[in-house]
Amino acid sequence: MSASIKTLVKDGLWSNNVVFAQMIALCPASAVTTSGTNGLGMGLATTAVLVVSNILVALVRHFVSEQVRIPVFVVLIATLVTVVDMLLNAWLHELYKVLGLFIALIVVNCAILGRAEAFASKNGVWASAVDGLAMGLGFTFALTLIGLIREFLGSGTLFAQAPQLLGASFAFLETQVHPHGGALLMILPPGAFAVLGFLLAGKRLIDRRLEAKGRARPNAPVTPNGDFPDSTLPAPSP
Amino acid sequence: MSAADYTDYQAARAFASPHAHGGGEVRRTMFLVLTALVPATLFGFWLYGWPAFFLWLMTLISVLLFEFMSLRLMGQKNAGRALGDGSALLTGWLLAMTLPPWSPWWVGVLGAFIAIVIGKQVFGGLGQNVFNPAMVARVALLISFPLQLTAWVTPLPLTPLTAPGFIESLHITLGQTPVPDAITSASLLGYAKTELSRGIELAQALTTSHAPQLSWLGARAGSLGESSALLILAGGIFLLITGVIRGYAPLGVLAGALIPAFIAHSIAPESYLDARSHLLSGALMLGAFFIATDYVTSPTTGAGQLVFGLGVGLMTWIIRTLGGYPEGVAFAILLMNALTPIIDRVIKPRILGRTWSGRPIVSADAGKEA
Repeated sequence: MSASIKTLVKDGLWSNNVVFAQMIALCPASAVTTSGTNGLGMGLATTAVLVVSNILVALVRHFVSEQVRIPVFVVLIATLVTVVDMLLNAWLHELYKVLGLFIALIVVNCAILGRAEAFASKNGVWASAVDGLAMGLGFTFALTLIGLIREFLGSGTLFAQAPQLLGASFAFLETQVHPHGGALLMILPPGAFAVLGFLLAGKRLIDRRLEAKGRARPNAPVTPNGDFPDSTLPAPSP
Repeated sequence: MSAADYTDYQAARAFASPHAHGGGEVRRTMFLVLTALVPATLFGFWLYGWPAFFLWLMTLISVLLFEFMSLRLMGQKNAGRALGDGSALLTGWLLAMTLPPWSPWWVGVLGAFIAIVIGKQVFGGLGQNVFNPAMVARVALLISFPLQLTAWVTPLPLTPLTAPGFIESLHITLGQTPVPDAITSASLLGYAKTELSRGIELAQALTTSHAPQLSWLGARAGSLGESSALLILAGGIFLLITGVIRGYAPLGVLAGALIPAFIAHSIAPESYLDARSHLLSGALMLGAFFIATDYVTSPTTGAGQLVFGLGVGLMTWIIRTLGGYPEGVAFAILLMNALTPIIDRVIKPRILGRTWSGRPIVSADAGKEA
């Protein structure tokens, strides 16, 4: 089962997006995304873990038997998360103070174990690395988008505190859209669910349009829509 | 078909529910409820002047627009006709009645969006929503904009000198003129909560001139259409007589809130408001007659509605007395909405032709034949 890089990237970013198509890892997707910066930080941390865990799982896949694979994967992921946790605490301490608890919770992020199970344990190192990167970036994209929308509606800013995450050179990202504040509800959990719901509806709408366009031209390949992840079913979310 | 089969078929027909249509339709029910709301609303306009009217109008127009938009998006061909059933109009009207009368226009528009799109159409439209859309919008607005949603004004009847004129009122609704501080006022529930938290006993707090006088007529600071207990009661009785609502839920709400209020006030009058204040302030009356009786989000059986009402009342009293918010009717109704499926599961009507325990009723004649 060798998939082309193009398919892997497309799956990760859109057709099989962790949040918008597989609809797993909704806990960080709703808990952390109170601002674009938080979403971006969480997404990048998860991506780092996902790439390395996919590589490691692909490396050990021939030595691990079916029966013990889950504990082995979990130990690998837990180790990686601990490393990321310590790195963030040391180098991005301000962000760590905001994301602190959620970084440790990357361990139980079902997207990571899901990719290990569904992809890395069946594919080569190179493909797994690409898959991890694509999935991670797709996840980052989703989290940043949700975060930006909630931040815009809830506090009237975009990318607040971005320099703390990306360094002083990214201070230009920080924008105050309007000074009136916003609807507090959007920063609270119900806001996350509402935004996620509307985004899911939007994605389905776009997919349906693409599919219709694909059908209109019989020679063009039909775009697989996001209703069901095609070959890689997600692991049951914990 | 043998004769025996035919008899069985006839018997089955006899056991099934008689499906006669009573002639009622959604449209008729909704417009009866709207009629019942008219007196209290008109009184609200008189009490709070033109800004209240503009807010009401704004909310109703946007409710209709959002309903139309949602229906079209969901592929309903005849959206205009579906709009005519009045359900969206009722939702918007109820929402407007619970808003502070001098709220800026966007409060009404945003409330309409939350009520219709998020509260109702996302669930699948009329009859599918779990929570009362008007209350969803009310609570979402209260949590999102605590400042605007607690800006009560003292009643200012439409007299030429003190009340804002037509143009000035437009400015207030458009949010260009802030509400002057001189005419803002705390609601009784809010005032009592503040004073209690400052450690001042109620008897002392309520004797000072700050405490608004309560009357059944309802000349007090409050939401647009909830202040006059008498007119809401009149609307409720109208609905009871026309058979639109049954008395179980209102009875439950009032009993659930007033009995604990009475008991607590008798024990410790210095820290608990009396039952009369609870009855005549906030949205208790409106909630009891117009919102707790919503067909979609309340239980189907009479006993279930009574339990639902008692729960709403008790929750309201608990939130008003112990909670962080001075008023709790909307929260209480949403909480009980969530319990409605469970209430309906536990309290079921007797199945036609069966006993309460579920055994078929066999008449003496049938026994002889067998």
